[in-house]
Amino acid sequence: MNVVLAGVAAGSAAGFLRRYEAIRDRLPGDPQPRARAAASLERHGLPQRSAEAWKYTDLRRLWEGRFGEADASFDASALLRRVLDRAGLAFDGEEALPRLVFVDGTLSAGLSRLPQGCDCSGFGGIDVDAPVAHPMMALNAMLARDGAVIRVPAGLDACGLLLVTLGTGTVGAHLHHRVVLEEGARLSLLEVASGEGDYLNEGVFAFEVGRGAHVSHVRLQQDAPGALSFSTVRAHLAERSAYDGFNLALGAALARHEVHATLAGPNAIVHVNGAQLLADSQVADLTSVIAHDAPGCNSRQTVKNVLTGRARGVFQGRIVVARVAQKTDGYQMNQALLLSEQAEIDTKPELEIYADDVKCSHGATAGALDEEQLFYMRSRGVPLVEARAILVRAFLDDALALVEDETARAVLDRAVAAWWEGRSA
Amino acid sequence: MPAVAETLNTVESLTQSSYKWGFETDIEMDLAPKGLSEDTIRLISARKEEPDWLLAWRLKAYAAWQTMQAPGWGKIGHPPIDFQDVHYYAAPKKKPGPKSLDEVDPELLAVYEKLGIPLKERAMLAGVEVPDGGEADGRDGRPQIAVDAVFDSVSVATTFRSTLAKAGVIFCPISEAVREHPDLVRQYLGSVVPAADNFYAALNSAVFTDGSFVFIPKGVKCPMELSTYFRINAKNTGQFERTLIIAEDGASVSYLEGCTAPMRDENQLHAAVVELVAMDDASIKYSTVQNWYPGDANGKGGIYNFVTKRGACRGARSKISWTQVETGSAITWKYPSCILQGEGSVGEFYSVAVTNNHQQADTGTKMLHIGRNTRSTIVAKTISAGRSDSTYRGLVRVMPKASGARNFTQCDSLLIGDQCGAHTVPYIENRNMTAKTEHEATTSKISEDQLFYCRSRGLSEEDAVGMIVNGFCKDVLKELPMEFAVEAQKLLQVSLEGSVG
Repeated sequence: MNVVLAGVAAGSAAGFLRRYEAIRDRLPGDPQPRARAAASLERHGLPQRSAEAWKYTDLRRLWEGRFGEADASFDASALLRRVLDRAGLAFDGEEALPRLVFVDGTLSAGLSRLPQGCDCSGFGGIDVDAPVAHPMMALNAMLARDGAVIRVPAGLDACGLLLVTLGTGTVGAHLHHRVVLEEGARLSLLEVASGEGDYLNEGVFAFEVGRGAHVSHVRLQQDAPGALSFSTVRAHLAERSAYDGFNLALGAALARHEVHATLAGPNAIVHVNGAQLLADSQVADLTSVIAHDAPGCNSRQTVKNVLTGRARGVFQGRIVVARVAQKTDGYQMNQALLLSEQAEIDTKPELEIYADDVKCSHGATAGALDEEQLFYMRSRGVPLVEARAILVRAFLDDALALVEDETARAVLDRAVAAWWEGRSA
Repeated sequence: MPAVAETLNTVESLTQSSYKWGFETDIEMDLAPKGLSEDTIRLISARKEEPDWLLAWRLKAYAAWQTMQAPGWGKIGHPPIDFQDVHYYAAPKKKPGPKSLDEVDPELLAVYEKLGIPLKERAMLAGVEVPDGGEADGRDGRPQIAVDAVFDSVSVATTFRSTLAKAGVIFCPISEAVREHPDLVRQYLGSVVPAADNFYAALNSAVFTDGSFVFIPKGVKCPMELSTYFRINAKNTGQFERTLIIAEDGASVSYLEGCTAPMRDENQLHAAVVELVAMDDASIKYSTVQNWYPGDANGKGGIYNFVTKRGACRGARSKISWTQVETGSAITWKYPSCILQGEGSVGEFYSVAVTNNHQQADTGTKMLHIGRNTRSTIVAKTISAGRSDSTYRGLVRVMPKASGARNFTQCDSLLIGDQCGAHTVPYIENRNMTAKTEHEATTSKISEDQLFYCRSRGLSEEDAVGMIVNGFCKDVLKELPMEFAVEAQKLLQVSLEGSVG
């Protein structure tokens, strides 16, 4: 994989469309939104870099769409154990978190431990009004045949829930998750994406956050080095609600995490924070579109990139403030540490503002480790390797400290430390 | 410098219609038939008595243009432009390129006097003889300015040519440069903005009619400021000027550009190309006060301003500095850029863009860091009022070899009223670990406290807003040559007229 076959037409979604034709009769739920998605992909294809939103992320490796079906007999328990071990999470026993485990695009009931209280009923299909103008959302609406459906009733604090997606071989997995928080509900979702092989891990999350509800969505993207990893989050926020997201991207050959948040009720809050730690020829992209559609809302983004080898980090952040969204407070910060001569960072923070009483700002910086700081530490007897580690860690801390959930925070800390050790070894 | 007197008057009579440069002049014109074809291009080239290579170059650009599409990425909206409904050549019916000012049509001189442009050298040299229309007092001791006046498609007068010639500086209409200095023009024309660079640059390359040519030889510091004043006058015409400025090793020049047009209901097209070349240790400072007719309060009429401006810092330690105050035009689409190729070269971009009523501006810059230790600074101030939309769009690209490159970018937007939009779209691409890029952007409104303070000191609301806006833009205005800075401040106030209260 990862080699474009000669003769594949630019932007062609033909491979995915063929797969849809082959399995469409077996896909659950309403066929209508799936057909709409297929029609949209047939007409527009997959984006090329000439499309503004995909300027920095080349989907060439996706064009041919050569991803296969899952092997239903595959036992993923050993793989899950390894993934959890690596994350410092318990596989079983008292300490094990309630979890939903998806292997190659389907729920594995045997590996999951369903949580109590909140309703995690089975996947019922794609929403009739699922948006299909976005290429990833269309791909998902066309092919997803499973996903988590989580409903947290009013006033309930559902605490922690672990969502694991495992990919293997050259399987193309498409998951469609739906998370609904009723008024005043709380949920802390920790997502771990991992696997083995040159697979495609593509998922869409639809969050519906009710009045005064709060959801934390922390992602650890540790997909296999040959994998393609795409996650697209749609979040709709009611009055005084909050979506607190964090994406730590470490894995995959090509990854894009995209968040579309709509602040629909007054005084809602959205955080799209993250860190991208990349080496070799990895590409990771964090793209966000935050629509302030109500007054008094607050959006915050702090994204850090540590790039080495020939890696490329991408940040595209767009804040759109509607006329009614007075007293908006929007903030974006994207920072990059370039640790090698061939690393690259591409940043595009965008403000689109139609209301006059707002406070919006963005900042972006890029550069190497500060020689003077390194010199200072070395002059105090700290070896170079350690001094670099301390500075990188300090650089990342601004972002990591924003993760409030302690379990999730510990998982991320561990993953960051392991990544750095792997680099400096 | 241009229009100081007029602007003063305008500010004094704020109740009247604010665009004071909107008069038409009835001058007998030599018009090419409407429409664009190879024949039109051959006709322009023939009228200009151009050499064959230039005609071939134009035709190549035209062929490229026909395969291109108007760019759609800007945040601007307008009905499709009918490129066949434009006269591509319009010249006052006198022999172009008069030998001295005495030969210039007195009616034309009157136009420029009305605009406040000093085309009379003696008046300036003596510093006492004030032309009609009232140059401001106290001009004694001010630096002299040489002016090239472009009226529709042709340059009608260029002042101070002999003084400049003594210093070795060439300052003349580009059509004349093609005849007098063909080797220089051929060497540099299209070397910074290639003929098929983009849709509007290709159009310009095919049909450009006039513009200024500046050549500053090795080691020469241009003895005075150079200025070109562009005036669109004829109906249904487009203006396509081309400016080429070359500063050889160690040379330096400061160049000013001003522009106005009559008030008309139809939209007129202006698609210019400016190319700057700076060799070792050379420096070029390019200042613009863009005041094309912006259309009326309902968004009717106004100039469509699609401009490609680019400077190449080819030599080591060379410097190109763009300063622009954009208050006019119905649509502004303009990104003065610097290609920082020479080691240690410096690019600067200082911009104030003001939009009111239904104006749309999508403007910014590109800084391409190619050489080692190149530096760039971007300061962009965007002010939106009325129902207008204003966008800063900029690119900072650090190439792998640009070790030690530095960029600092500051973009601030100010919104006046709740029917306008202000947008910021920076692109930052860094491919060198030793390079450092920094970008900051803010959006806010005029603070109630500041307004209240000014009001309590007896300022009218409009004056208070003008003062606060001028303060907001200070970082940019201070980069302008003095005469321009005065005019720009007044212009800001006039442009925002009617936006408060």
